[in-house]
Amino acid sequence: MDTYTKRQYLLIGIFCLASVAMIIRLFYIQVIDSSYKISAASNVLRRQINYPARGLVYDRNYKLIVYNQAAYDVLVTPREMKAFDTLSFCRIAGVDKAELVGEIKKARSYSLWKPSAVVKQLSAHRYAALQEQLFKYPGFYIQARTLRQYPATIASHTLGYVGEVDQKKVDEDKYYESGDYIGKSGIEQAYEAELRGVKGISYMMVDVHNRVKGSFEGGKMDTAAVIGKNLISGLHADLQTYGERLLAGKVGSIVAIEPATGEIMIMASSPSFDPGMFVGRERTKNYLTLLNDPLKPMLNRAITSSYPPGSTFKLADAIIGLEEGLLGPEIRYSCSGPRTTPIKCTHNHETPLPLVSAIRESCNSYFFQAFRAIINKYPTTEEGFEAWRNHLMDLGIGHRIGADLTAENAGNVSKGTYFDRLYGKNHWNVMTIRSFSIGQGELLLTPLQLANMVSIIANKGYYISPHMVRSIQNYDHTERVLSFEKHVTQANPYLFQVIADGMEKVVDGGTAKIAKVEGIAICGKTGTIQNPHGAAHSAFVAYAPKEDPKIAICVYVENGVWGARYAAPIASLIIEKYLNDSIAPKRKPLEASMLSADLISAMHLTGGD
Amino acid sequence: MKSQNNIFLNIDWITILLYLVLVLMGWINIYAAVYSDEHQSILDIGQQYGKQMIWICAGIFLAVCVLIVDSKFYVAFAYHIYVLILFLLVAVLFLGREVNGARAWFEVGGVALQPAELAKFATSLAVAKYMSQFGFKMARTKSYIVLGTMMLLPALLILLQNDTGSALVFAVFFLVFYREGLPDVILIGGFTAIILFILALLWTQLQILILLIVVSLVLLIFLRQRFKDGIIGFVLVLLIYGILFGLKNLIGFDATPFQLMVLTSVLSVLAFIVYGLKNHIRQAWFVLLFFIFSIAITLSVNYFYSNILISHQRDRVDNLLGIKNDLRGAGWNVHQSKIAIGSGGIVGKGFLKGTQTKYNFVPEQSTDFIFCTVGEEWGFLGTTVVIFLFLTLLIRMIYLAERQRSTFSRIYGYSVACILFFHIVINVSMTIGLAPVIGIPLPFFSYGGSSLWSFTVLLFIFIKLDASRTKNLR
Repeated sequence: MDTYTKRQYLLIGIFCLASVAMIIRLFYIQVIDSSYKISAASNVLRRQINYPARGLVYDRNYKLIVYNQAAYDVLVTPREMKAFDTLSFCRIAGVDKAELVGEIKKARSYSLWKPSAVVKQLSAHRYAALQEQLFKYPGFYIQARTLRQYPATIASHTLGYVGEVDQKKVDEDKYYESGDYIGKSGIEQAYEAELRGVKGISYMMVDVHNRVKGSFEGGKMDTAAVIGKNLISGLHADLQTYGERLLAGKVGSIVAIEPATGEIMIMASSPSFDPGMFVGRERTKNYLTLLNDPLKPMLNRAITSSYPPGSTFKLADAIIGLEEGLLGPEIRYSCSGPRTTPIKCTHNHETPLPLVSAIRESCNSYFFQAFRAIINKYPTTEEGFEAWRNHLMDLGIGHRIGADLTAENAGNVSKGTYFDRLYGKNHWNVMTIRSFSIGQGELLLTPLQLANMVSIIANKGYYISPHMVRSIQNYDHTERVLSFEKHVTQANPYLFQVIADGMEKVVDGGTAKIAKVEGIAICGKTGTIQNPHGAAHSAFVAYAPKEDPKIAICVYVENGVWGARYAAPIASLIIEKYLNDSIAPKRKPLEASMLSADLISAMHLTGGD
Repeated sequence: MKSQNNIFLNIDWITILLYLVLVLMGWINIYAAVYSDEHQSILDIGQQYGKQMIWICAGIFLAVCVLIVDSKFYVAFAYHIYVLILFLLVAVLFLGREVNGARAWFEVGGVALQPAELAKFATSLAVAKYMSQFGFKMARTKSYIVLGTMMLLPALLILLQNDTGSALVFAVFFLVFYREGLPDVILIGGFTAIILFILALLWTQLQILILLIVVSLVLLIFLRQRFKDGIIGFVLVLLIYGILFGLKNLIGFDATPFQLMVLTSVLSVLAFIVYGLKNHIRQAWFVLLFFIFSIAITLSVNYFYSNILISHQRDRVDNLLGIKNDLRGAGWNVHQSKIAIGSGGIVGKGFLKGTQTKYNFVPEQSTDFIFCTVGEEWGFLGTTVVIFLFLTLLIRMIYLAERQRSTFSRIYGYSVACILFFHIVINVSMTIGLAPVIGIPLPFFSYGGSSLWSFTVLLFIFIKLDASRTKNLR
């Protein structure tokens, strides 16, 4: 008789217990713990980003100034890599072996399974060579991207550049991922949202060897890439080129605005650089070279530097005087020439003189008296100064005026409280701040603000926020014209006629005779700015033609000795070129001397400061 | 009687139905595991699923052959078959083809044959024959020696082939012996050894020693049915430890807490011996034996672990116990297998929709890790159904075994149930990280002719024996 029959139940018990244990475990990993589902997705799903082409940039005449060229990144998936002939790879790709090995090491430490870029921005030529040989290098892939190209190397500062997005931006904005490109300055930065388009994302399924096996869920979750929109800028490519040529060899800037629209036609800063330097594999090296250049070629002097305006500021004095009713066609102030106190006048002219003559002669004495009259019109100096300062703000001075400019400087017009701190409340008066009247002292303007101030005169009392881009091209090639704010000043339009008359006389026999162009009524004003560090700066503001103004311009040449020496001729040449399409033979020698003038080398020869 | 001669009349159709369902499910899952768009036909014999179909057909043919043969044949030739298979196991060492470092395969006309698979039913037959002879008693030294040898011979030969997984299967015969009268102590001792092995790897020696002391004293209470003895024991141990600790601080000799504990246990054991002798407590000897046996196992674990286990086996154990977490290396298989099964969710991704298995993230997905495909494509429902079907089959085996008049049939039936049980539990457990990776197939599911045929023969011999249960077999 079998005495151990009961033991069958123990065995059945063991079987059941083991089964229950397995089922509990399965319940845990299949139903409760969701981490396995995530791991499974990351195993098989690869996000592939399709980068759209960035929008193009045209000038005001639809001339292409920024376009794209295909470039190729070489990606590597370390896990799939096999031993390969590094030397021949480096020869084809044109990279340094040590650099490649370093990049592969980095890729390896990032992920064995996910591709990372080891050679960036390969040229089309090298791409073609590598593509043919790629089968020899398992684990290597090529990803197409677009790079910025510039048909003419102009307007580098204004156009800006595109670079890899920084970590801060990646954290802030979900659109960007490490390695994406983003506009870093200028138009590229200001219109990033329009230019970049929309990245396309497709999900691919891959096997254990990272080989693509097909799209995920039939591509339901994929999004198509949308190319960036094109921009029509207000820049005038030919004038910009001409302006940059004229500035060559000098430190300074040119800003030209179309008064009626506020479109910036020229924004040049010298010394400059080739915008192509920020594209391609050499960009880091180039960036450092530019950064370390003592002349700061990356600085956009037209909007980032601010200078004392000098005598060009007398135009602002005139406008404010007219607005306050203290100046008028018939109101004269006297001038005793070099003996005048507190500010002497070096010019030899009639006295007492009207506003027109005062502008033509740039009479210090006249404008000081006008300034004094404005300040003293109010019960206290503080109130007078505040009123004067508010007028300046209306004229777009002392604050940023650009609508789409990056890195714009606000300039500086000190507040009354500044003088309170400096001298004590009620311990300063119009005498203390007299140098404001001749555009010196605690007064700093950007060349853009000066050009804009001239625009106001040209427009007889208003300006439109200066901007780089006129319109955005839709995909159907229609244009969406951008609208910008119109700022109207307090002054009566007819008052500007007096200033215009004076400015016309500046060119027509006044301080800027050299800027006279036959057949064009140019209204201008020179400025010579005392510079404690060396030769005085040369400034000139102008608009033309007098009736129906087409261009308002400011030229500022550092160490240009005096206003009429460089700034006025350069401005007049640009105006002539723009309105007449060519330079009159009579003025060719002037053009030649401006083009060849080299203040930078001269400065270095004399030992800088 | 006529009915006795008709083999198909007494056949247990429930078992055969379960067999067919499992084999069919296995085939479908192999198809899903290796499915690719290029080869869509499940009948494509260039692919594993096409071949598996042929193996299944051949398996059914074998099953019919097994059923046709007179049941007396298996009893009469049990030893002959066993010896023949042992011979094959030796021969394969010299003549076999080496695959993945294991010399375990004969290749006959394009079909690979693995003698290790055949050894399972051969050993079952031999064990059943030996244990069913007249006058056999389990609790006898001679029985232990003979049965032990029967188990160990094929296991050792398979070990020589470098197929540790298949060798370990033979350990499951202990369960069969237990049913036939193996003392409880040995089974309990076995489980204790397994638990101690795991603890020895996870805990420090001090922790284990404390645990053993506590367990021993609890055991004493349990055996003596007297609470007092246990309390005295606890107080004694604490007292000795306290004195030693005090001495250490007073005299200032150097001793780690572990050394102190060892000294405590030695003194306690001595006190225990004196106490036991004086009061003639029989149970004390048993507890003492347990304590010393446990200490011995714990101490031998380290040796076994570092000298007998091969490095990759050590890695698998380490990964299972979480001592190491090397997901790219030794832990890769299990990690990917868990991902595949875990990603299935409640109802699974659907037939042929499994991405982890289809794109080869799980290695050996059609053989040892076929359960991953079940888990990924059919989810928790699928895995539960499969486990439930297997459990039903196992319980059915025991039910059938218990209704045998012949001891031979019963023992053989238990052998079948236990062998299947070991395979199922170890295979499924390793895919879900409950057991170390031991490369043994999931019965009826895993791809491969050898394993399918050997399980078919193993099972159908029992069905045949059951069909002729009215005859007296010996």
